[in-house]
Amino acid sequence: MAKALPPKSLSPEARSILSSQISRRAVFAGVGAAAGVTALASCGSGSSDAASTVRWANWTLYLDVDEAGTSYPTLQAFEEQFGITAVYTEDINDNDEFFGKVQGQLKLGEDIGYDIITPTDWMAGRFIRLGYTQKFDKANIPNAKNLLPTLASPSFDPNRDNSLTYQSIMAGLGWNTTVNPKGLKAIDDLWTPANKGKIIVLSEMRDTIGVILLSQGVDITTVTEDQFMNAVDFLQGKINDGWIRGVKGNEYKEDLISGDATAVIAWAGDLFQLSNENEGKFDFAIPESGGTISGDNFLIPSTATAEGKKNAETLINYYYDPAIAAEVAAYVNYVTPVMGAQEEMEKIDPVLAKSEYIFPTEKTMSRLNVFKALTPTEESTWTEAFQKAAGN
Amino acid sequence: MVKTGISRPGTPYLLLLPGVAFLFTFFLWPIANLAQTSTQTPIAGGDTGEYEQSLRWQNYIDAFLENKEQFGRSFLYAAIATLAALAIAYPLAYAIAFKAGKMKNVLLVLVVAPFFTSFLLRTIAWKQILGEQGFVVPVLRDLHIISPATTLTSSAFAVVAGMTYNFLPFMTLPIYASIDRIDPRTLEASGDLYANGITTFRKVTLPLSMPGVVAGTLLTFIPAAGDYVNAAILGSPQTKMIGNVIESRFFKVVDYPTAAALSFTLMAAILILVTVYIRKAGTEELV
Repeated sequence: MAKALPPKSLSPEARSILSSQISRRAVFAGVGAAAGVTALASCGSGSSDAASTVRWANWTLYLDVDEAGTSYPTLQAFEEQFGITAVYTEDINDNDEFFGKVQGQLKLGEDIGYDIITPTDWMAGRFIRLGYTQKFDKANIPNAKNLLPTLASPSFDPNRDNSLTYQSIMAGLGWNTTVNPKGLKAIDDLWTPANKGKIIVLSEMRDTIGVILLSQGVDITTVTEDQFMNAVDFLQGKINDGWIRGVKGNEYKEDLISGDATAVIAWAGDLFQLSNENEGKFDFAIPESGGTISGDNFLIPSTATAEGKKNAETLINYYYDPAIAAEVAAYVNYVTPVMGAQEEMEKIDPVLAKSEYIFPTEKTMSRLNVFKALTPTEESTWTEAFQKAAGN
Repeated sequence: MVKTGISRPGTPYLLLLPGVAFLFTFFLWPIANLAQTSTQTPIAGGDTGEYEQSLRWQNYIDAFLENKEQFGRSFLYAAIATLAALAIAYPLAYAIAFKAGKMKNVLLVLVVAPFFTSFLLRTIAWKQILGEQGFVVPVLRDLHIISPATTLTSSAFAVVAGMTYNFLPFMTLPIYASIDRIDPRTLEASGDLYANGITTFRKVTLPLSMPGVVAGTLLTFIPAAGDYVNAAILGSPQTKMIGNVIESRFFKVVDYPTAAALSFTLMAAILILVTVYIRKAGTEELV
């Protein structure tokens, strides 16, 4: 682009001011043009464009990544194998937040920009209930047969017509081994003077209250409102008495590392990573009374095009291949829902193949429970009670 | 006479247009929406987050009564943080304006420097400063100021300290601007009239710097009362503020009407407090 320079007769300062103005205007024009193009592109993005792509919104740090942190080996292999371009984004940070973000468009039937999303069980249930998902064409996902039998018929999707587990998450007790040398076997082991004011529980209601309910001998697959509120009162009491310092999400990891927290109701995968990085300073166990298990689920939003849906099914099928599932599990350290992945893991990392965190044994599995599906009314009153206990 | 564009009668309105359009789109329109949401009720048999308009003004009373505690805490913490910021900022601004000499600009840059990093990062940094691995806790424990079992994070102290720090520049800069404008001859005149240092400060410097103090306290108190980041990162369940409740109602409970009613109540409460304050302080101080 030719740019008219200010006349030489001007002082250097004046010239620089003038030329900076010109370039600024040019920049603005450029921005305007770029914005116009983007707007046009987004108007015109129809089915033809989606033919060769699949757009996946996932949680952060939830897929194997190379050391530079720039590419995802299993996803790259998928692209090469099937000739489908995968647009992978870590756009899910929180179930509620994500729901708030896409709900409006789903309601209006406008493209939300993803062909696959991976919300947690209860939120997946909400998506399915509201008709925001599409039924799988099971012929495109033959590997679905590898789904662990325990996960085959959850209450929110009994036939797995709309959802398949991506990873499962166990919740139980985690602790600092120096402060708690004997370990924690039950909720009551938390209340020792050394842990006073240094306990953190998960902000995920179903996990925290679930673990408490189980310790009270309540079956969380059929929990009643009275039983639930009773557990919330118990939590409230422990907060008021200064035992519990926080109700938090993933941030509890930093507090454990810094020593501000010494015992937690937490997710197994996190404690596994922490323990690895800090030479056994931390440990995790499912309490004797039982722990919770939940899953994040592949869903195809109602707004995905036919091509997008087919590509999404191809991708889901790919991640249900035991060898691929093992590769992902070796990185994310969560419970893999794919049968046969353990044998495949033997080839990658024999130590991980024996990990209770990734491949819980039958015995551990029998102590894990899934929180029951809540009705919309229960969901709001129960969440409100839990949030109130957390000070909100 | 050459007719210039400025003399056209429509020009001032034309110049106002961008500002008005901006305020309409990003302030009036959302506020109207919020007002509309605040009186809604859940649709019978509807799903999570589905509400309909039924002009239920009781929402406001319920929302306030259920969260009195957090409202009270918000104003208390904001007031303490404002006073603490004032106590730190006034001497600082005074020193920069009168005593810094050549260092004036450097010091001003240092006051603003924290703004170069993100608000969140600054708050998280406080978590480390006050944490078990920081230097504050061991020192205080060695001096027997706090007991070995006491932690400083997840406490009201941490929340107020975080707010004081985060809003300090908002207090310092207006006070500095006011003090810097004081004509040194007024101070000399005060001395000539046999006023000692303290009297000069009380009778001359302080009154002349009041516009800065009023502006600074407002700029600190208003955002501090609505803040939720400090309480979320540095606090515990017992130190939650009204901003935390609004966030949780909006995103977690998906109770939009209560969240909206709380936001309006907070706005109204701040507006009333600020009006009373400005009346007391005298509006001319702000000009």
